[in-house]
Amino acid sequence: MSVDAATVRKIANLARIAVSDAEADALVPELNTILGFVEQLGEVDTSGVAPLSAVIPNHLRMREDVVTDGGIRDAVLANAPQAEHGFFAVPKVIE
Amino acid sequence: MTNLTDLGVAALRDGFRKGDFSAREVADAFNAAVASAKALNAFIVDTPDHAIAAAEAADRARASGEFAALSGVPLGIKDLFCTAGVQTTAASHILEGFTPTYESTVTAKLFAAGAGMLGKLNMDQFAMGSSNETSAFGNVVSPWRRSDGGNAPLAPGGSSGGSSAAVAARIAPGATGTDTGGSIRQPAAFTGISGIKPTYGRCSRWGIVAFASSLDQAGPMARDVRDCAILLEAMSGFDPKDSTSLDVSVPRWEAGLSGDLTGKRIGIPKEYRVEGMPSEIEALWDKGIAFMRDAGAEIVEVSLPHTRYALPAYYIIAPAEASSNLARYDGVRYGLRDLPDGGNLADMYSATRADGFGKEVRRRILIGTYVLSAGYYDAYYTKAQQVRTLIARDFEQAWQSCDLLLTPTAPSAAFALGEKTADPLAMYLNDVFTVPASLAGLPAMSVPAGLDGQGLPLGLQLIGRPLDEQGVLNAGLAIEERAGFSARPGQWW
Repeated sequence: MSVDAATVRKIANLARIAVSDAEADALVPELNTILGFVEQLGEVDTSGVAPLSAVIPNHLRMREDVVTDGGIRDAVLANAPQAEHGFFAVPKVIE
Repeated sequence: MTNLTDLGVAALRDGFRKGDFSAREVADAFNAAVASAKALNAFIVDTPDHAIAAAEAADRARASGEFAALSGVPLGIKDLFCTAGVQTTAASHILEGFTPTYESTVTAKLFAAGAGMLGKLNMDQFAMGSSNETSAFGNVVSPWRRSDGGNAPLAPGGSSGGSSAAVAARIAPGATGTDTGGSIRQPAAFTGISGIKPTYGRCSRWGIVAFASSLDQAGPMARDVRDCAILLEAMSGFDPKDSTSLDVSVPRWEAGLSGDLTGKRIGIPKEYRVEGMPSEIEALWDKGIAFMRDAGAEIVEVSLPHTRYALPAYYIIAPAEASSNLARYDGVRYGLRDLPDGGNLADMYSATRADGFGKEVRRRILIGTYVLSAGYYDAYYTKAQQVRTLIARDFEQAWQSCDLLLTPTAPSAAFALGEKTADPLAMYLNDVFTVPASLAGLPAMSVPAGLDGQGLPLGLQLIGRPLDEQGVLNAGLAIEERAGFSARPGQWW
């Protein structure tokens, strides 16, 4: 499988990364080189092999259903590019 | 008086306890060394006040006879660890100015053990790279130079390149690193120092900027095996805030150190003899095998048949996880915001991410997005995770006939900055020997074992069973005791 410039623009849109047409064109051979490399995996017979889900056997723990955090609004907002009235602020999304 | 910056972690700790010097003297010496080594670009932010405050607290505690495990030892902290009140960027423009209000579990443990922080160490952006050339804050320059007199600036390895350069240049006695596909081991090998990636789950990932969560592990980088053992003990331990943290006790690795390998079987995986491997690397490997025999170990040849598929599997899995983890950088909650004039929310997202992420990071996010997208998920991602199962099984098979594996750490010595940047695949191949242990979550370490013809360090890698850090450290010690590696870079900075 390989990508063309239209596919690159589509992926970039899915990833929410702006790319110019020139950048998309430049990315085509770069991504295809990497995709060509990973396609070696097609040589491996994986029929009946379960995908790995955990590298080290471990069980997911349950914890007590109690409040362990909170009341730190100012700390949460401390690094926001724009915070107003105790909220994160973003450009208007509803006209 | 001893030059304090010549001392490693154990020597500083012990000398401080004996009263040979104060912690403040140590902090001042390393702060001065950091300040005079700007040419290496190893640190993004210096924190001399942090180191001094920890030192003064250690000195006060010593007056009343109290010592913690790392009292009197200042460390460099990779800029992937969130540090309360100190900028943490993952070496990316998108996090420039981000000042965490909380402390990562690993750094909190180190500071609770008495360590101070010299500063935040430069690295490959979001830990994506093998040469420290993807940082938004400039390349780190290795303190090492080739003996040809050409003075070409060399790569310190990556992604923990600031950590490796700082320890090798003796401007920090030890440092934290993180390893996703070799980011502790390869830079350690390139700079003639030691570094261990513990079993996945030993060190909490909480507060470490995420790259590929099923692979990321923190670990120490230091001058020798003992120093690594000391630091790893302080960094490890169960953390309920990390869902993959292992709820197991932390062994006393330093106390358990022994270079006697009697009764141990060391596996030599034949698939690691890759085509085109430089003869110097082969010779180093043979030397390591002789060291193991001399230490009392039995050598057995083993086979890890899926080795050659580790790298392609990694370059699906790691970008896939990265594309998901890095979705959080959206210009809303922290970090950079780039809002084009008259732009809407979607414009803000895509402009922020285009401007904030470096080229290699954008490339990996796009690869990851593609392999996870509808119609391709099974062909790429599921397939890669199936191959990962086979790679993990290879190791399980190998443990039937051996206790540890010995391999080279990297396929070459350090290369010059700029030498491989044009070809991402050539860069990725640096990790060919380190990625398999990452995919299987196994503890693995690099120790310096010799120099190449150009006078540059070469490392050997030890890989162990899950949770057998002691076996890995002990075999590393056996090499260290026999290699007599004492070379250090001449100070030009």
